[in-house]
Amino acid sequence: MAASDTVPAVTLHAGTALRGWGGLGVPGREAQGEDLRALTEGVPTLSRGMGRSYGDASLPPPGVTAVVGTRRANRVISFDPDTGLLVAEAGLSLREIVDVFLPRGFFPPVSPGTWFVTLGGAVASDIHGKNHHVAGTFGAHVQWVVMRVASGDIVRCSRTEHPELFLATLGGMGLTGHVLEVAVTLQNVSSPWIWREAMKVPTFDALLDGLETSSDWEQTVAWIDTLATGRSFGRGVLMRGRWARPWEAPAHFPPAGIEPVVPFNAPSFLLNDWTVKAFNELYYHKQVFRNVVGPVTPRGWFTPLDAVHHWYRAYGRAGFTQHQSVIPRSAGREAVRTYCETLAAHGGTGFLCVIKDCGAEGDGLLSFPEPGMSVALDLPNTPDTPALVDLLNEMTIERGGRIYLTKDTFTRREHFEAMEAARLPRFRAVRDTWDPTHRIKSAMSVRLFGDEP
Amino acid sequence: MSMRVVVLGATRGMGREVARRLAERGDHLVLLGRKQEDLDAAQADLEGRGAAEVVTRVFDLADADAFEPAIDAAASALGTLDAVVVTASLFGTQEDLEADLGVTAQLLDVNFTKTILFCEVARTRLMEMGGGSLVVFSSVAGDRGRRSNGLYSATKAGLSHYLEALDHRFHDQGLHTLCVKPGFIRTGMTEGLDEPPFTGEPDEVSRLVVAAMDRKAPMVYAPRIWQLVMLVISFLPRFVMRRVGF
Ligand SMILES: Cc1cc2nc3c(=O)[nH]c(=O)nc-3n(C[C@H](O)[C@H](O)[C@H](O)COP(=O)(O)OP(=O)(O)OC[C@H]3O[C@@H](n4cnc5c(N)ncnc54)[C@H](O)[C@@H]3O)c2cc1C
Ligand SMILES: NC(=O)c1ccc[n+]([C@@H]2O[C@H](COP(=O)([O-])OP(=O)(O)OC[C@H]3O[C@@H](n4cnc5c(N)ncnc54)[C@H](OP(=O)(O)O)[C@@H]3O)[C@@H](O)[C@H]2O)c1
Repeated sequence: MAASDTVPAVTLHAGTALRGWGGLGVPGREAQGEDLRALTEGVPTLSRGMGRSYGDASLPPPGVTAVVGTRRANRVISFDPDTGLLVAEAGLSLREIVDVFLPRGFFPPVSPGTWFVTLGGAVASDIHGKNHHVAGTFGAHVQWVVMRVASGDIVRCSRTEHPELFLATLGGMGLTGHVLEVAVTLQNVSSPWIWREAMKVPTFDALLDGLETSSDWEQTVAWIDTLATGRSFGRGVLMRGRWARPWEAPAHFPPAGIEPVVPFNAPSFLLNDWTVKAFNELYYHKQVFRNVVGPVTPRGWFTPLDAVHHWYRAYGRAGFTQHQSVIPRSAGREAVRTYCETLAAHGGTGFLCVIKDCGAEGDGLLSFPEPGMSVALDLPNTPDTPALVDLLNEMTIERGGRIYLTKDTFTRREHFEAMEAARLPRFRAVRDTWDPTHRIKSAMSVRLFGDEP
Repeated sequence: MSMRVVVLGATRGMGREVARRLAERGDHLVLLGRKQEDLDAAQADLEGRGAAEVVTRVFDLADADAFEPAIDAAASALGTLDAVVVTASLFGTQEDLEADLGVTAQLLDVNFTKTILFCEVARTRLMEMGGGSLVVFSSVAGDRGRRSNGLYSATKAGLSHYLEALDHRFHDQGLHTLCVKPGFIRTGMTEGLDEPPFTGEPDEVSRLVVAAMDRKAPMVYAPRIWQLVMLVISFLPRFVMRRVGF
């Protein structure tokens, strides 16, 4: 498939008041508040959580200057320690859930690579984590949500009440309505520590083998050194972990730890191949020189990058995006390898290439993961980035895969439609039923779903 | 050891966050607020976060007759009181206040007179019960008179003075007075206003306040950087303030 000549409909800028995590955004403001019912009374255009989606998912469409900011609507409504069921307002963050509930033996059922994520954002992206192969997505643990839909009504939906609306909302990128409350079952953990093993793997095959043979571990992920080419292509680190048994865990509660902040946008000359190479070498060699087996804090295990608040500034003012796609198992290993080789060849300056084997597909109509390999790489924004994204998307389509919308900035509508040909009609039908005039929309939905700007 | 604390203002903003920090360490709380519905939601939140006990009572800071009964009821509900936290206050922009003397009168009354009367009732009761902490939210705005918020900041200046004097007067008799001076914080009070540099989050304020309660500090700026900012501003000569339109 050849790329068409049109530039993707992205009208994002650096330094704007409303930004995606990649640093680009649009002018406008968040109307924040503690009362989501009041804030969503007139059915505003979009809700936004902590803005950890990379591209334009949490940004308003052209001409709309305000989005609902949910992060201060963060009350716990109830918690039942017998079942682990937490009911809370949509702005409650995973970070607070960890702070409040880990001391009591409970943890979010699914943890992404950052805890600065709201419940509403976790539902809207139907997030996944290192335990996807055993636990599925976040949505699998959501029992119900309460939403303000386009008509202005407040409805509760679940797998039994308005199931189509519920399933469209899991991974629906906020386009089905404003999530006000979320009921999710927390995981009861055996200790507040993770037992972790990290090991160096010399080749791409060894890395994929390692992920497969570790599938009885609750948590797995691998990291590829994208700068290692030729014979050493695919060298990386395999990490696997599980909640430590009480006797394996240190006696004390995991310390909170320091949070350094990257204070300013790094000049782009810092982000050349040499710095990245140095970063990879250091990280890689850290694994080489230390035999890393033993307990680690959940913070260090799940969210190593949260320690560097606003680390994205290291990418400079032009910002960055991420490309994350899943290559279905049916496409075969070779398809994953060639895909990763292309990534390594073209996106060599990315800091992180994360590879993870996904388990069964969830029931969210547009949820991202499906059985296969998920591959994610940060890409600094340059004039060439849209073309690279096109190339990666074409390779993804060829392999029968799809991309993760919450990371996306540059994908074209025709590519998205090609990836989602099978699933889009059902999603569109639900959305059209609940919001026939598309009152609720985003910059992303204008770009990818064909909404009127 | 867990504390027994009255919080006036726990339904929203910084008071909500302070109550959460106390709840998370297992304190016993009495919440005073204007609407039962809001108090119920705050109670559920705090219980969900681990509060040992939460009692609520409808209360309006504008109504001075309610002060003694409320403190009495709180003391008898919890058995004793270790601290009283006051974040409640009114806010109005200078323009809105200047446009309506009625609203101004109400703000001056609640933020200054009623707040101080409430503090008098609370500190008397705390001292009768052997001492404790009186934690009251004033503002950096009270440190210096500015062209943009003179009416509101005058109430805070008066309140800060009162709290400092209270500390001097009763410190030896077991009363710990903590005057909290928040900088510009993202809450409902400031929603829609232009954000200056060093804008803070209620959550970080609450952590500083609870730490200051524990070490029995008489005053705390939050976020901390505001101490430095206000130090600089306190030395600005008037002509400079005038010239920059501060
Ligand atoms: C460092 C880092 C690591 C990450 N790692 C992972 C990972 O491992 N796995 C993973 O799955 N994701 C990961 N993510 C992505 C992140 O989990 C998602 O983007 C998540 O949705 C962000 O939540 P948020 O609250 O910031 O939402 P935002 O970014 O503010 O919004 C994301 C989407 O949710 C919608 N939304 C938010 N709140 C509501 C609401 N109340 N009602 C309706 N719609 C709403 C928005 O409209 C938008 O479409 C990572 C992100 C970062 C920055
Ligand atoms: N936000 C800032 O930038 C800032 C800066 C400096 C100082 N301060 C001061 O810090 C304190 C807390 O501010 P905030 O921003 O957290 O405010 P907020 O979000 O507006 O919360 C105010 C709280 O006070 C309660 N309250 C107000 N009037 C009351 C009354 N008459 N009787 C009973 N309760 C009443 C409110 O309860 P209801 O639910 O009943 O309304 C609410 O819980 C205030 O004293 C404020 O002046 C704020």
